[in-house]
Amino acid sequence: MSDVKNEWPLWEVFLRSKQGLEHKHCGSLHAADAQQALQMARDVYTRRMEGVSIWVVPSRAITASEPDDKAEFFEPAGDKIYRHPSFYDIPDEVGHM
Amino acid sequence: MGAAAQPAPVSAPLDYLLHLADNALVLGQRNAEWCGHGPVLEEDIAMANISLDMIGLARLLYQHAAALKGSGTTEDQLAYFRDAMEFRNYTLLELPHHGPLAGTASANRDYATTIARNFLYSTLMLLVWEALQESMDPQLAAIAAKSLKETRYHVRHSRDWLVRLGDGTAESHGRMQAAIDHLMPYTQEFWTASKAEAQAASCGTGVDVPSLRGDWDAMVDEAFAEASLQRPEAGGYVPRGKEGVHSEHLGYVLSEMQGLARQHPGATW
Repeated sequence: MSDVKNEWPLWEVFLRSKQGLEHKHCGSLHAADAQQALQMARDVYTRRMEGVSIWVVPSRAITASEPDDKAEFFEPAGDKIYRHPSFYDIPDEVGHM
Repeated sequence: MGAAAQPAPVSAPLDYLLHLADNALVLGQRNAEWCGHGPVLEEDIAMANISLDMIGLARLLYQHAAALKGSGTTEDQLAYFRDAMEFRNYTLLELPHHGPLAGTASANRDYATTIARNFLYSTLMLLVWEALQESMDPQLAAIAAKSLKETRYHVRHSRDWLVRLGDGTAESHGRMQAAIDHLMPYTQEFWTASKAEAQAASCGTGVDVPSLRGDWDAMVDEAFAEASLQRPEAGGYVPRGKEGVHSEHLGYVLSEMQGLARQHPGATW
């Protein structure tokens, strides 16, 4: 028997839709363990056939960037237009890229 | 299924369809009492989903029964305009969500009782729907195939909680054991075939439920062992809800469920 806790840990839920190639974050929920989190994610987030595959990840396992780091993390990319491959002539045969 | 080689399709007896439909409707209505009152948000949604599965299943069965009954009978008439003694559900399914001596207020609802009942019933229905996929009544066979998937989930959900609570804290174990002790005697009703069940089994449209007992016992015992729960001795009064002899509780369930339809017949919104 385990200790009695008042709150279950938080889990982040990722769903892959029928057509989708990747799992996308769709929300979070509380559950006692990973299996229960999966089941609850099924009940909370796939009621309208939103997904065919579910991942759950303990929220505490996620390391997030700090909002305060925005200036040094993201803004330097703003004027590096040469990083977008938009200067090439694409042959018609290649089609949409 | 090769249609040419099959004998002409038949319909299951009306009372048999009503037994299956009433089971689903009454338990669906009972479980829906948790909507907005669940122990946690996630579980509230899960239980509402299960309720809706059961009510959706009841609709399919009532539609089938209504067509069989004819004379313009509708699913709503069967669900809302029959009285308690005409209902054919197991007594187990109409009991409130608490033990025998608790009060009647919603505050007395006990989730262990809800889970124990869903487990005992869904485990049976897993076997019933599996067998009914082979029913000579093609519509019932199709309903069985659809319900089987939902029922697998209901078993998974309730079994999971049964083990968690049974094998949890002293408090949760005690409450789950009490719920099992309270509800187990009502499962005896499963194993005595009613007239409608016997009739359905003999014409190949229904399943001989008593023959499923060994499989049900094995699944229940396995879950109890995993949950550190003691299986109580069987015995005592055998309920007969499926023959229309109900407990005092069904009337309250029906008055709440049927009140609106009876006060405003034909109302739409």
